[in-house]
Amino acid sequence: MSGEHAPSTPVAEERASLLTPFNIVTGLIVLVGLILTVLRFTKGLAGVTNLSDNNPWGIWISFDLLCGVALAAGGYTTSAACYVFGMKRYHAAVRPAILTAFLGYALVVFALHYDVGRPWRLPYPIFYSPGPTSVLFEVGLCVFLYLIVLFLEWTPSALEWLRQKRWRNLMVRMTLALTIFGVVLSTMHQSSLGALFLIAPSKLHPLWYSSYLPVFFFISSIAAGLSMVIFEGTLSHRYLHDKMDAHYLEGHDQVALGFGRGAAIVLVVYFFLKLVGLALDNNWHYLLTGYGAMYAVELLGFVALPALLYAVGVREKNLKVIRWAAVLTVLGIVLNRFNVSWFAFNWHLPAAERYFPSWMEVAVSLYIVTVGLLIFRFIATRMPIFHEHPDFKETEPEEEEPHEHEPRPHPQSFGH
Amino acid sequence: MQRRHFLGLLGATAATAVLGKPAQAGPKHFTGYPDSFGVLFDATRCIGCRRCEAGCNRVNGLPAPARPFDDLSVLDTPRRTDARTFTVVNRYSTARGPVYRKNQCQHCLEPACASSCFVAAYAKTPQGAVIWEEGVCVGCRYCMIACPFDIPTFEYWDPLAPRIMKCHLCYPHITAGTLRVPGCVGACPTEALVYGRRVDLLREARHRFHLFPGRYLDHIYGEHEMGGTNWLYISGVPFREIGLREDLGVTPAPEFTSGALAAVPIIAAAWPALLLGIYAISQAKDKAARQEKRQALREALAKAQEECQAELAKVKAKAEADKKAAIEREVKKALEEAAKAQAAKEEGE
Repeated sequence: MSGEHAPSTPVAEERASLLTPFNIVTGLIVLVGLILTVLRFTKGLAGVTNLSDNNPWGIWISFDLLCGVALAAGGYTTSAACYVFGMKRYHAAVRPAILTAFLGYALVVFALHYDVGRPWRLPYPIFYSPGPTSVLFEVGLCVFLYLIVLFLEWTPSALEWLRQKRWRNLMVRMTLALTIFGVVLSTMHQSSLGALFLIAPSKLHPLWYSSYLPVFFFISSIAAGLSMVIFEGTLSHRYLHDKMDAHYLEGHDQVALGFGRGAAIVLVVYFFLKLVGLALDNNWHYLLTGYGAMYAVELLGFVALPALLYAVGVREKNLKVIRWAAVLTVLGIVLNRFNVSWFAFNWHLPAAERYFPSWMEVAVSLYIVTVGLLIFRFIATRMPIFHEHPDFKETEPEEEEPHEHEPRPHPQSFGH
Repeated sequence: MQRRHFLGLLGATAATAVLGKPAQAGPKHFTGYPDSFGVLFDATRCIGCRRCEAGCNRVNGLPAPARPFDDLSVLDTPRRTDARTFTVVNRYSTARGPVYRKNQCQHCLEPACASSCFVAAYAKTPQGAVIWEEGVCVGCRYCMIACPFDIPTFEYWDPLAPRIMKCHLCYPHITAGTLRVPGCVGACPTEALVYGRRVDLLREARHRFHLFPGRYLDHIYGEHEMGGTNWLYISGVPFREIGLREDLGVTPAPEFTSGALAAVPIIAAAWPALLLGIYAISQAKDKAARQEKRQALREALAKAQEECQAELAKVKAKAEADKKAAIEREVKKALEEAAKAQAAKEEGE
């Protein structure tokens, strides 16, 4: 976990290398997060948040839950593309995507422990007192099951690291079943997160309220998943380059091109579906209001524009443009989830009664993202995520040009 | 068994079957538990004295408010219910002068809160009240999102065991026998509040419309709003002017989500089949591609072999020819040499 470069001289430099800007910033965030955790569980939600009786859900739901789940959609989209749709050339992208999704969902559940009143009762809806008439019940059940699926999908990496060949092979054999189960569960809860707001037509602005909300949430989650894989790939490429093998690096640009093409198509479909929703409820006249402007910004600037950029980037094989499109799409998904659950929710209330998060709520969200980042780095620098374990090669024997560079066995990947 | 009794029982069974699941869609229309109780609030009779607030506070043992109940200056600012206050009276300025309206849980016939609760902490009692049970509540506050009347409140200050707080129509007190009518109703000095069977209250409201022409709008708020509520309002001024939303519609809240929930089993059943189909197709495609590749390889190999053989044959033939020529040459040379030797011999002789 110390800095990027292994120090050559002992103790003093080792200590100095721990004080990298990255470690200092993340350390501070984690420290503040821990203090706020104590505050949350001694002073209650009132001590930390700006939540009120009119605004029961804040940024911990808008960002941590809704955005967290949408942006972790890379897991099911990538594994479906590779294992169900047979696009084996994306194989290298599967493990990072699964790891991200697993951590994403784990952190969503972690974040919920801050938000709900009695977190130790979170298993109640599944094991003790189910309320199946609730959309939230479906969300809870699917997220719970999908978290298990993601954990199982992730285990081969850990088992290779631990050199448990038999267990690892057993888990690998379950890949297809797990992938299909994962897609089913993701379809259900990604859409259900949108369906949560169906029960409140009187509170959500008509531009965002639609009986298609579940469909919108599901389709946009695919675009979010594909874009997050591209976006994250860019980041990892930059900061974890030394952990990547030829197989991953070879596939890296191909993944960006292929996923970019997919995202362009999905975004276009999503764009037109949104228009259908607008037409179906005949909400055109709202476009000339303030909320209409926000809606237009979301739809044109963060759906149509990235769709166009993706198309151009794929056509010209311009990875830079594709990466920008990915960033825009991700921001667009965040904007959409914020609009539905926050900006356009309770729009009928006077401004003084609207919600704005306290700095402590933002800090807790930041803390949770940071924890995720640290765990990701910890795992990706140790386990075979961006490279194949030399003992467990799986690269298709068909494309059998011998790899120029054998994956550099990372010292840590051999355990102790 | 008498025919009428039998039919009654049959009706009750059918009712339980339907009412047990408030999310029932379809042609059946739920009009509330028969003989359930409610309250009729008459805005033309309310004088804004806040006695109902005091009565509610007392019977439920709620903490004393910051300003006493006889301080009517609190009416200058609009208030909502909170975790220490199950009911509030607000004053509204209207064309007919100030009008007061009491707010509390409307006790929907098909409550949004109950339908939205993922641990079934809420219940709609056959007596009419919508009640919340502390035993299973997780504190997710989805009920507060769902309620179109903004009624449930939360004890945000409690770090470990915050409760949802709202009016329960004094259900616990009435079932325990300590009260005969809800605390607010018992405290009302002007009979602006009447407790009774919902059907009787609707009849009473219409009776007042009839008795005092021009005094009321011909609408009972809560008869159909959100599918109907056990709390009913009548007023001389439009309801939106006394803080009641007129844009809620008459659809019971559970129906908003029933379609999405109905899609769940379809996805669970259809998706695996669809995905396995896609998987099979992609596998078949891969297999076909592999076979084609193998076939092409085989053909190329055969062709190469053929060419090779032909080449070999050619070389062989050439070598043979060379060999033949060489032999001939040797033979010729030998013959010539022999002839030469013969000639030399003859010359010598």
